[in-house]
Parts: sequence; structure tokens; C-alpha cells
Amino acid sequence: MAKATSKGPSPAAAKTERLLNLVIALLSTRQPLSKARIREAVPAYSDNDEAFERMFERDKDELRALGIPLRTEPIDPFFDDEPGYRIDEREYALPELALEADELAVVGLASRSWSQASLAGPAAQALRKLEAAGVVRDEASVAGIEPLLHTSEPAFEPVRDAVLSRTPLRFDYRGGTGDLTQRHVRPWSLTSWHGRWYVTGHDLDRDAPRVFRLDRVSGVPRKAGRPGGYAVPQDHDALTMIRASSGDDAAAPGERARLLVREGAASSLRRGATTAEGTGAAAPEGWDVLDVQVRSLRALAEEVAAAGPDVRVVRPAELREQVRAILQAVVDAHEEQTR
Amino acid sequence: MSTYESATSRLGRLLTMVPWLLNRQGIDLASAAAELGVSEQQVVDDLQVLFVCGTPGHYPDDLIDAQWEDGRVYVSNADSIARPLRLGRDEALALIVALRALAATPGLAQSDAVDRALAKLEQAAGDAAEAAGHVSVDLEPTLPAELVAAVREALTERRRVHLRYHVASRDETTERDVDPLRVVSVDGRWYLEGWCHRAHGVRLFRLDRVEDLTVLDEPASPPVDLPERDLTRGAFLGSPDDLAVTLHLAPGSAWVAESFPVESVTELGEGRLEVRMRVGDPRWLHRLVRRQGGGVRVVAPQEVATEVARQARAALDADAPGPAGGAGLD
Repeated sequence: MAKATSKGPSPAAAKTERLLNLVIALLSTRQPLSKARIREAVPAYSDNDEAFERMFERDKDELRALGIPLRTEPIDPFFDDEPGYRIDEREYALPELALEADELAVVGLASRSWSQASLAGPAAQALRKLEAAGVVRDEASVAGIEPLLHTSEPAFEPVRDAVLSRTPLRFDYRGGTGDLTQRHVRPWSLTSWHGRWYVTGHDLDRDAPRVFRLDRVSGVPRKAGRPGGYAVPQDHDALTMIRASSGDDAAAPGERARLLVREGAASSLRRGATTAEGTGAAAPEGWDVLDVQVRSLRALAEEVAAAGPDVRVVRPAELREQVRAILQAVVDAHEEQTR
Repeated sequence: MSTYESATSRLGRLLTMVPWLLNRQGIDLASAAAELGVSEQQVVDDLQVLFVCGTPGHYPDDLIDAQWEDGRVYVSNADSIARPLRLGRDEALALIVALRALAATPGLAQSDAVDRALAKLEQAAGDAAEAAGHVSVDLEPTLPAELVAAVREALTERRRVHLRYHVASRDETTERDVDPLRVVSVDGRWYLEGWCHRAHGVRLFRLDRVEDLTVLDEPASPPVDLPERDLTRGAFLGSPDDLAVTLHLAPGSAWVAESFPVESVTELGEGRLEVRMRVGDPRWLHRLVRRQGGGVRVVAPQEVATEVARQARAALDADAPGPAGGAGLD
């Protein structure tokens, strides 16, 4: 293949070429290069002094944004009037990780889990870096396993950036009752629980720790302070906070309820229940007597109401009353429109 | 690439591609494109950029050598960029967060492989690994490890399983033989997708509702060429045969609109919503409506609304104190 191209590259391709030549030049030198040397080494830099300066400043920023460790060092340690530039290969290169085939397989699984999410690009790129050495993944060990992570909430990226850089945010938030309020938050952590993303943090308006659901953030969150402006509490436990905020408290030892359950029905209530056989409780033909641990009276009442005519409450009376109230509300809501 | 790619992100891609190709001399163009996640034309365009780049001087000997004439790709003379650039912040974040989630799901993948990979990555990523500690995914770590391990065994050995499974929509326990296709995490829950010999179709089984799973001796033999289902919009799959219903949701039940696949949502004011959705099994709808105690009202079709009211009334009447019904037993 000839080294000459018949037509010139597009401006974007020309820029990629210039940046790549710059990276190679800075990586292949042991001594820091002065701007003048860089201008010689990278053919595409403009002949115009001012244009070169502007271009080079921008290129430096872009390389650093890409994560390339571009060093600025004095060219001559005894005279620090002119800075030189270089990239240290040891800082630049991914350390040799020597991943085994089975390790690479789980890394592949981790990478694929983001395939439908906003981190899909970085996840795939990271896998290619790790498998550059050419070790073949042992795919059999992870056959058929597909964790699928979602980041469909528009607030995901700005909140992720804020959490990683510890930057305060402000955003409009729709509360449980539907009202929209502006909140100022120091974000601590970003957690996906039961398929939803939550951000925990210190709510500056309420002056208290709070949990926010990302899908209830309206519009794009804005930075409201400097990065690194606060510390995350040492004992912060995001999952416990999220569970508590969604009413999913851990089981508290409570009393036991006794239910009559039609044979074969309501298997969700049967799980974790004990039959009351042998306690002297006799069930009518076709029914079972079950004793169920009450973790939350309200949750149990909803479960019993959901089962409808297949379950009746023996005790406690409060449970029976709650179930009746729930069912009565269903009847009222529907008979109203039928009349 | 169909979307616009900036010169900088292309540079990032090239710096990853070069070490990858250096270790795969002679790979055919199509495989390279597939594994690099770009089109064949893009690979050729990239190689064209590479071979006009090189060390200062830019004499032919200084330039990267890239060839692809016979459909096989060869890259050489690229020593200074032969190692990949270290992981960027988002790259480290993506892998470490997902690996930590896998590590917390016992039985799913060989846990020692996950732990070893994680340890190596955390060391390589340095500060980025620490920052990744503030982002986490909870992949249902409460599943019994033996169950998850049995599912994995069935998948890797391609064996049929027998399931005792709780069908929530009907609230009953069923027994069936299933040929596993994959185990997939959707919205924070693990599902086994498989060919169900009872239903003669592909079904999703939520692992936390599997009451018992036995790996059978028979090999799994699902029909070939089953189309892969798109689960990116969640695990609930409406079918055109399903019953179309209209519901009114009180503010306290507005979550229903977010938790199930609805076809439309209309705000009725004061936080109330009207949703249209498709329901596969009417018993599921009855249970949902009864559980919500009036917060969910069936508006249409009228027969469904009437039936909901009738069943709720029947439950109340049966429970009424007195000699006929009543649960006077103690």
C-alpha cells in the first residue's frame, strides 16, 4: 500500500492525526520537548505563531481530558524559564494485569452489563484495553448470564459526575405528592436498587440526610459549588437509607396473625406461614388455618385483600378491620361508577 | 459509526485499537470490526490515519505500518503506543461497579474469578477505584446461593431443570420442566428465561419466586432459532391479545404508572392519573386493584369494573360476622 494519499483528510481526521502524532512524539522522548521542538515534530501545526500557540494549548487540554498524563517539566533543571513537555510511558500505560481467561470472562460480563446504558462506550473500551494482550476469554464459565443495567434517567450523568467529584448540586424534584421543589444537595452516593437509581446526600434546605429518586429529578441538575467541597460521612450506608425511605424496613418481631386460607390458594401467604394444625384450631372443610408473622400490619392487610375471597382473617381484630376497610374502598370506588 | 465522533474520542479509540491489533496480527477485517464495535469501513479509515502517523521525522521508517489489502489486518512499528492507555474514570467505574455487584450475588459467577479480577482492577485503577465506591448497584444479593449456582450449572452444562414456581398473578404454585436459555437481571431482579415445556413457549421466571429447582439429567433442547427477546424496557411483556384496560390512579397509587408498562398516561389534575395498559391475566389486575384499596379504579371495560366490585363485595360478605360466614374460629 502506498504511503501517499490522493486527497487530503477531512478536518476532523486531520486533527486526530495531529493529536496522535503529538502523543507519539511526547511518548518517544526521554527529555521534555520545548514548544519549538514539538512544532517541528508534529507537521500539522500551523506556521503562524499565534495559531500554533492556541492550537497547542487546546490539544494539551484535550489529551489531559482523555486521561493522558501530560507532564510539564523544566527542560534544563538549572534554568526553569522555558517549560518542556513529555508523557512518561509508565504513567501512560495500563499496568500489566495478567488477567487469566476466567478473570477476563467475568470482566467481559461486567462490561456487557452496561451495553444498554450510558456507560456502554467506556465499558466496552475498558474491556478492549484489558484484553489487548490477546488472552482468550473463557466464555463457557459465564454462559447465559446477563446482568442488564439501565441508566435511562437523564439526571444520571450529571449526578454521577457530582458524586465522583463531590460537587454540590441543585435540581428540581418532584416529591411523592407531585409537587415540584428546588433542592440543594451535597451528593454522597449513587445507588441502583430494585432497578431504580437513587442519590443520597445532605439536603441543604432541610439540613438533613435525604434520598432522591433520579427518575423524579426534573430537568438537568446543575452544579452548585466547587468539587471536593465536602466529605462523605464515614458511616454512610446508602442501601439502608434507601430501604428506610421506601418503607422497606427490616422485619421487626411482631405478633402472629391467624388466617383461614382456601386450600390451594394464596401461596404467597403460605410461604413463611406455619399451619395451626395441632393447636386445637379446626378449619372448615376446604380451608386451612395458617399462622403468619406480622411484619407490617398494613402490608399484610394489603396482601390479604389482594387474595380476596380466598382468605379470611381470624385475628387480630385490627388486621380484620384494615382488610375490610381496603375492600370496602374497592367496592365504593367501583360501585359509584356502576350506579 | 453512525453518531458523530469527536477527534479526541477517535484518538482514544485508536490508542486502544493499536495494542489490540498488535496482538492479533492477521485477524480478518470482519472479525476485527465486530470485536472493536465499529464498521469494516471505519476500521479501514482508522488504519489510514494510523499509517500517516509516527515518530518525529516522519520518514517512512518512522511511520506506523498498517496493512489490510487481503482482508487481513497487520499493524507494526508502533512501539511507543503498544501498551493501552490506563483506564479512564468512567471505564474503571463501569467495570468495578458491575464486578462488585456480581461479587455480591453469590453463586452467579465463579466468585474467586470475580474477586481476583476485582483485586487486579482496583489496584490498576487507583483513585478511580476508590471513587467508584460511591456508585453501586444492588443486584438482589438475597437470593439463595445454592439456587443461583444450580441455575448456572444448568446453563453451562445445557441441562433441563424442573421448577416449582410461584405464579404471582394467580398466586399459585406450579410445577414445570424448563430448558434454560439465560439468566438475566432486569430492574434489579434476576430472571431465568427458558423454554417452558408446560406452556410451549419462552417464559421468564423470577428467581425469588422459584420455590425449588432441580437440575435434571436430560439435556436442554429448546427449539432452535428462538428470537432473542429485548428486555431493555423491562421484564413485562405485553401481547396484542392482552386485555386493554383504563385505570384511574389516586396520588398514592401513581407508582403503578411507573412500575408497569403502560401505553399512555394522562394527568387528571390534583396528582391523579389515567393510564391505559394491557393485562395478560385478569387475575393479576384483580389482585392489584384489591391491594390498592380504592387507589386504583378500573374505568374501562365496564365488565371488568363490575367484576372487581363483585369479588370485593363477595370477600366482604363472606367475612361478615354471623353464623353463615364469618371467621369466628379461634
